[in-house]
This record gives sequence, C-alpha cells and structure tokens, in this order.
Amino acid sequence: MGLQAYLTLAAIVFSIGLFGVVTRRNTISILLGVELMLNSVNINLVAFSRFSGDLSGMVFTVFTICITVVEAALGLAIVILLFRVRRTATADHLDLLKG
Amino acid sequence: MTGEVFGFWCISAVLVSSALAVVLTKNLFHAVLWLALALTGTAGVFLLLDAEFLAAVQLLLYAGGIVTVVVFAIVVTEKLVGERLSQTSRRIGGGAVASAALAWLIISSVMERPLATTRMPMDGDVTKAIGETVLTRFVLPFELLAVLMLAGLLSAVYFARPEE
Repeated sequence: MGLQAYLTLAAIVFSIGLFGVVTRRNTISILLGVELMLNSVNINLVAFSRFSGDLSGMVFTVFTICITVVEAALGLAIVILLFRVRRTATADHLDLLKG
Repeated sequence: MTGEVFGFWCISAVLVSSALAVVLTKNLFHAVLWLALALTGTAGVFLLLDAEFLAAVQLLLYAGGIVTVVVFAIVVTEKLVGERLSQTSRRIGGGAVASAALAWLIISSVMERPLATTRMPMDGDVTKAIGETVLTRFVLPFELLAVLMLAGLLSAVYFARPEE
C-alpha cells in the first residue's frame, strides 16, 4: 500500500472525530472525538516517516502521544470540576460566559 | 494480494467502523469501549508501518491509560444505571456535511499529489534509532515535554482538589 492509502485512512478517521466533536452534547463524548482526531494525526506522522525513511516523524509521534495524554487528563479534570460546580456534564448547559 | 494489503484493509475496516461507533452509539460507556478498539486498530496500523515501539506505546498510554481515565470520569459524572448514561446528538446533518466536506477536501488534495508508493529501506533497529534521536537531536523538546507533563499533573491535581 502506498502513502496515499494511509493518508486517506487518517483523513477519514479525522473527519469522523470532527463529526463527533460537532454533534455530541456530552463533554466527555466531545473529548472522545478529539482523541480520535489526534489519533489520526499520529497515523499521518508515522506514515510520512516510514515512506520518507526519516525517523523524526516517529519521534514526534511519541511527543504527540505524551501531549495527548496530558490533554486528556486535564480535560477530564476540567469536566469533573465543572460537574462539581454546575451538576451537569452537558455542553449546552455550560453557558457561564454567555453575555 | 500480499499480506500487507490484506492487513491494511482488515485494520482499516476495524478502525473506521469502531470510530463511527464511537461517535454514533448512544451509550457513553459503550462509546469508550469502541474508542479502545479504535486505538488498538491504530496500533495495528503502526505495526503495518514497521513501528513496533510506537504500537506498544499506543497500547500502553492510549488504550490503557486514557480509556481508564475516561471511565473514571464517566463514573464520577454519570449515573451508571438508568437512562442518564444514554446521550443524544444534535445537528447531525450539519455535522455530517461539514466532516464529509473536510474529508473530501483532504482526500482529493492527497490524491492529486505524486506521493511515494514504495518505502525507503530502514536498516537496523528502529526502536534503538528512535531512542538515540530523542536523546540527541530532540533532547530539548524531550525535556520541555517533561516540564509540560509536570505542569499537567499539578494542574489536574489542582482542578480536582477536594472542596474547602
């Protein structure tokens, strides 16, 4: 399989993740969509790295995986904090900053 | 049909269908389990691309770590019995149109570029080469990443601290 096949697969997964982020109401589900999008970016990085013979892409994949773990931990901490304050995890009800 | 092509189509089918299940299923807990399957499928894609170390990291950090943390968050914020766990989506049509347009844009621009069809030879141990590259050429981002993870750890503890 050529590079185009892997890039197409990553594009499809990215779009599915975007669909989840746009349509879901629950904040945790929105975070799951973000995870899918970040995951597809990793596929792109590894595919480019493998087909060009340069290891930098794989190293950056390690970095993005670490950053994604931090992002998930912080995002879920914020969700738990919001739930404690507002008693809801639905994004539509979190309109504290609405003018 | 070679083994790599067969494996690519199998893993693509698993990955795309489980990703669709993540964004479409009603039950939030089932969505997390489908996400675990999708992340495992991504580890399979890494294996197809000869990145065994990254596949192991993917399984340990994503499928092990993130899924566990998300399950904890669900247990804290949702009642596990009853209809509270089910969730609805909104603006499905608009979201489908937007994401399909994005997919079409990316795929069409990928298709019209002359991209590589054969892999460059990678001789030697890829895992060893990754480790050497991290600690020589990318040592500054690596250390900054350690600072970032410490900051993330501290702020997660700060956010989730018990109420005074």
